[in-house]
Amino acid sequence: MLYLVAGIAFLITMALALARAFVGPTVFDRILAVNMFGTKAVLLVALIAFFSGRADLLDIALLYSLLNFIGVVAALRLVERGRFYASTDHPETPEEEQQR
Amino acid sequence: MSLLLNTVLLVFLLVTAFAVMRVKVLLAMVMLFGLYSLLVSSLFVVLDAPDVAFTEAAVGTGISTVLMLVTLAAVRHGHSAPIKPGKRALPLLLSLAMGSLVIFGIQDLPAFGDSQSPAYQQVAKHYIEKGVDETGVPNLVTAVLASYRGFDTLGEVTVVLTAGIGVLLLLGRREKVHLKARRNDE
Repeated sequence: MLYLVAGIAFLITMALALARAFVGPTVFDRILAVNMFGTKAVLLVALIAFFSGRADLLDIALLYSLLNFIGVVAALRLVERGRFYASTDHPETPEEEQQR
Repeated sequence: MSLLLNTVLLVFLLVTAFAVMRVKVLLAMVMLFGLYSLLVSSLFVVLDAPDVAFTEAAVGTGISTVLMLVTLAAVRHGHSAPIKPGKRALPLLLSLAMGSLVIFGIQDLPAFGDSQSPAYQQVAKHYIEKGVDETGVPNLVTAVLASYRGFDTLGEVTVVLTAGIGVLLLLGRREKVHLKARRNDE
């Protein structure tokens, strides 16, 4: 019962993070949403590990959290270096880039 | 519980796949792709396949997201493809036909967990019974990958190494690659 409640709570927060990733007006919103979704995936894997009594699944949760951190840092560094548009309502065309 | 998780994660997958198609900005698309493969790997964990989930998380969420971001940073001088309206019926028909072929092929598979299925009858039995004696490796998966299918693994490693060298050569260029964008109205 406790597991079920926790699982439903995780799924709801995952849905909220997904919604932010879809509508997010800026790229940073999306990156943050993906990061938060990764955290929720870690929690979900840990929940499944305790629910099914398999402690080896916790290694996967650890790997997820590592990857989550590295992925977000890489994405942010590339956004900073690659001069992407932070706002998503501009289409990325060469003309607009010249105007900037 | 597992059924609930499966259903909700599959719904999330479907929604994410549609969102990837609808999003116009490539960077957002890459982030959504990372999210998609994170979802797939969570689904693999729920389906009790932790090793596959490991690989999917490392390759899908980690490496391929970073690679796509690096590629986007390298070709930032324009990447709009001309799309002609009204040419969408053929791809849709083709993908529907391929999907129905796959579903048609599924019919022949043995039942889930069937101990009489060919996968458990032939070489797997030999590996389990004589693997430790023949190779001296205590882990069965390692024995199969590194000893029984050693040449296969060597070929895979060669392919991965070649691909890695190619990617490093492409990304290590001082000059960024400039792609000329073509507009629809020209």
